[in-house]
Amino acid sequence: MSIQVEGLSKTFAEQKAVDQISFTAVPGKVLGFLGPNGAGKSTTMRMLTGYLQPTSGTATLGGFDTQRESLGMRRILGYLPENTPLYTDMYVREFLAFVADTYQLHQPKLKVREVIERVGLGDEQHKKISMLSKGYKQRVGLAQAMIHDPQILILDEPTTGLDPNQLTDIRELIRNLGRDKTVILSTHIMQEVEALCEQVVIINKGKIVADSLLTDLKSKHKTDSLEEIFRSLTH
Amino acid sequence: MAYITIGVFLLVSGLLLWFFPDTSILEYGYAELNGFFNLTPFLFMFLIPAITMRSFAEERREGTYILLASRPLTDWQIILAKYFACLLLILFALLPTLLYYYTIVQLGMPKGNIDGGAVAGSYIGLLLLGGAFAAIGVFSSSVTKNQVIAFAVSVFISFIVYSGFDAMSKIFALGLLEDVFIWLSVNAHFQSMSRGVLDTRDLVYFISFTLLFLGATKLVIGGRKW
Repeated sequence: MSIQVEGLSKTFAEQKAVDQISFTAVPGKVLGFLGPNGAGKSTTMRMLTGYLQPTSGTATLGGFDTQRESLGMRRILGYLPENTPLYTDMYVREFLAFVADTYQLHQPKLKVREVIERVGLGDEQHKKISMLSKGYKQRVGLAQAMIHDPQILILDEPTTGLDPNQLTDIRELIRNLGRDKTVILSTHIMQEVEALCEQVVIINKGKIVADSLLTDLKSKHKTDSLEEIFRSLTH
Repeated sequence: MAYITIGVFLLVSGLLLWFFPDTSILEYGYAELNGFFNLTPFLFMFLIPAITMRSFAEERREGTYILLASRPLTDWQIILAKYFACLLLILFALLPTLLYYYTIVQLGMPKGNIDGGAVAGSYIGLLLLGGAFAAIGVFSSSVTKNQVIAFAVSVFISFIVYSGFDAMSKIFALGLLEDVFIWLSVNAHFQSMSRGVLDTRDLVYFISFTLLFLGATKLVIGGRKW
């Protein structure tokens, strides 16, 4: 179940937010999707989920076209949107049970229990989402993205606002998910890319400026510092 | 929020019907529910928008709509689920008022002297009217991310279709337009059901009215850029 993006573009009014980008993501290799703020990362991810309609080009997730076969595609997709929007007046378990229902999962109660265990929400599971700290909200966001055991995960800045301990936990979780699933994550924390990703796609002003394995990228630019590479490519 | 809205509805209708001298059934002296059925559409005009205003406006503001949109749900499933959730609340608001019916039955002279058919027709009419107002409310909520605007817009549309069309028909009295506006008026169809006659024309009117606004909601949601 891979992700294939071909010539994807999105134009808002006059501005080209995403301009003819193409790349492929495969299972087992976490893809880091990098770029400065406003480069078009979130717009691209929203197109991948079928939420935004591309101006031109196609994206295919696990063989499903994101526009024409959107419903089938959404069954195998787990998505964590930017800023982790959640229904904050619901309780954690209530919200996850609702999400489980939208996928019509068998044994939803069991799935909710499992996912709470996996993301480490055990102590907070009876609270209201609005009562949770940022890190725990982030975990609820991850839980809703993976409750149906999706083959493809799209995570938009999954680790913003986490403390170092939580960061380690969440990265470990994503790394485990990435072993057999296709994972795309966006971030602008370079250590995160080093820690998690095998493949890197860098975009700047809507265009792809790098798409290769992390190791290849480093040897090509003859430096070990991803930060330097990022600056030289996006400046 | 929902409980408060239902509570307010019951409190206001109770006060107006049994307590405030100008509208009270006890002062009026006739054991009938007409006062209640004439009053409730106006209460609905404010309460239903309060129930429906959140449905899409809040999702837009909080950015949570994407949580629904990225699940294997069709736009229609989302719209209808929200619509029926609102309708269910309206039903729960109406259920306790059956107590008024019981009271009137007891107060009648002789006891039980009440036009049951008219009451049943009125209740079905109220439910259909509530359904139509809820569709207006859900639609208004889909066009803005501000709940207050959603509320104001749906009160306005509800008022126009209920009282406005009636008034228009009087302006154009004795012409073709009069018939058109009477036919368009929610009030006219509601009154016709209140007489206890379940006319399929009224049923078709309310159902197509509701579908029209839900269809408009689908257009707005489907063409979203947010």
